[in-house]
Amino acid sequence: MNLRYAAIKLLRAMITLWLVVTFVFVVLRLTGDPTQQLLPDDIGPEIRDYYRAAWGLDRPLWEQYLRYFEAALRGDFGISFRNSQPAIDLIWQRVPKTLELGLATFFCSLALGIPLGVLAAVWRDSWVDRLTMSFAVFGFSMPNFFLGILLILLFALNLRVLPSSGYGTWQHMVMPVFTLATAFAGAIARFTRSAMLEVLSRDYMRTAEAEGASRFRQVWWHAFPNAAIPVVTIVGFSLGGMIGGAVVTENVFAWPGVGRLLTSSVADRDLSIVQGIVVLVAITMVSANLLVDLAYGWLDPRVRVGGQERSR
Amino acid sequence: MSAETADNAAPAPKPAAARAGRPVGAWRMPLLVRIAAAILVLVSLVALLAPLLTPYGYEETDLLYRLKPPFWSSLSIEGHLLGTDKLGRDLLSRLLIATQVSLALALLGTLIGAVLGTFLGILAAHRGGWVDEVVMMLVDWQAAMPFLIIALAVLAFLGNNFYLFLALMGLAGWETYARLTRSLVLSAREQGYAVAVRALGARPLRLYGRHILPNVMGPLIVQLTLNFPQTILLETSLSFLGLGIQPPLTSLGQMLGDGRDYLLTAWWLAVLPGGVIFLTTLSMSLFGDWLRTRLDPTQR
Repeated sequence: MNLRYAAIKLLRAMITLWLVVTFVFVVLRLTGDPTQQLLPDDIGPEIRDYYRAAWGLDRPLWEQYLRYFEAALRGDFGISFRNSQPAIDLIWQRVPKTLELGLATFFCSLALGIPLGVLAAVWRDSWVDRLTMSFAVFGFSMPNFFLGILLILLFALNLRVLPSSGYGTWQHMVMPVFTLATAFAGAIARFTRSAMLEVLSRDYMRTAEAEGASRFRQVWWHAFPNAAIPVVTIVGFSLGGMIGGAVVTENVFAWPGVGRLLTSSVADRDLSIVQGIVVLVAITMVSANLLVDLAYGWLDPRVRVGGQERSR
Repeated sequence: MSAETADNAAPAPKPAAARAGRPVGAWRMPLLVRIAAAILVLVSLVALLAPLLTPYGYEETDLLYRLKPPFWSSLSIEGHLLGTDKLGRDLLSRLLIATQVSLALALLGTLIGAVLGTFLGILAAHRGGWVDEVVMMLVDWQAAMPFLIIALAVLAFLGNNFYLFLALMGLAGWETYARLTRSLVLSAREQGYAVAVRALGARPLRLYGRHILPNVMGPLIVQLTLNFPQTILLETSLSFLGLGIQPPLTSLGQMLGDGRDYLLTAWWLAVLPGGVIFLTTLSMSLFGDWLRTRLDPTQR
């Protein structure tokens, strides 16, 4: 049973990845002849034909597709025409910097969001609850580029306590992480709160109280593990939003990560880099969702016995 | 966008009788929601009437009067209430037009997404089988990819133009309506009235258009109010990055992106458009949240 559950999830993940690569191929071919875009206008048709043959564009479409797919599996997305290096190398150089930002944001958000959500549920309608919910609404509505700019105005230009942008010391990380974590922590706090509220009203919580368990033990030992399941789901879900947010935030703070590479490549229409990043993001998202699904099965045995669920 | 949509995944449609029986007092708005609604009305009026309110043309440059400060500064000049930007264009006029553009794009985008998603959701529920599988696979696929990345990739591959950009706004978030509509329709189909209408021989168009859709409208409208701020944020983010609305047209995100270069000397160039974006999305979220708790008491 357990193995079958994991296998179904793995198969779905593979299908999603295949769809992404196919989508990229189809859209690229829809855009027309790459030789028209990449080569100068004033060259003769024989040179154009030479390049068409060299890049395999004279082959039947299905053969191009297979070649494309096989190259993508090897991580080969072609050469960046802006600085003539393999696209994948340029992307890999940036990955550690984005990971640094992402992991710091991830831990800060969990460290802030989960306790806030739990306390808001335990002390429902108290000032903690109201503060948490206001924080969640604020994080949801605040565009992160605007939050970033307000932070730069306050801490870099007026108080002069933090560098306004760039990469290097831990001071450079404070504002980008704060910007990204605000929305993420708000969402996590909100979901933790509603998951905890649901659990706290269950019968076994009354049993725990009747057994004489301390309030602390009731909340963290009996209630929280049961509330963890929806929270894990939302963490997986929020990753997509966080990747989008990272693209914008890296641009606000001139953080030399994948997001800035993506926007500059989109502006220059450096397509091989854009393709590589799209596939990389897809792999990240699919792996994260797979991990969430497996964690779900591990946290809640009913899921892996019940088989496949349709809507999440 | 997943953050808001996941926790109201599928509120069960309530019979119309229960809704009508609720006392009128339950619809009274708290003060905060009233302020939010007032801001929304004001912003919509501004967006509607923008071309009538602008003191100058929004692209009218005046290089003699560049980067003039707003009215609160002693250096401000008469006639330009909020001052001027780097090309001497009147900031108030630009702000009004940008609000119109950003709101119109977000509204059109949200509506396109809602219509497309609702249609596909009904189709999936009605046909079942492989149609259902394909629609749900697309839904899962779009939910799995961050839409900002898809939008950036499409803009890179196809180049930027206004209609493509509008189409992208429409494609953002269709999957939440599709998933919601599908689950709502599936449960509504089994209810007495739908069975009766079908038994009387109504065609699908009549069954869904006249009977089921009006009955499941509540959650869909809530979803609309929750998606709207997300569409504004998508448009302003892309325009902020310089990859969305292109000059000479302007949008709130583009103004903010331009103003960012003058933070040290003219912070209002970035802060004013940013403030309009934030106030609008915040008001819409507050209003949407309130609407959701009204329509679905289990969420309270």
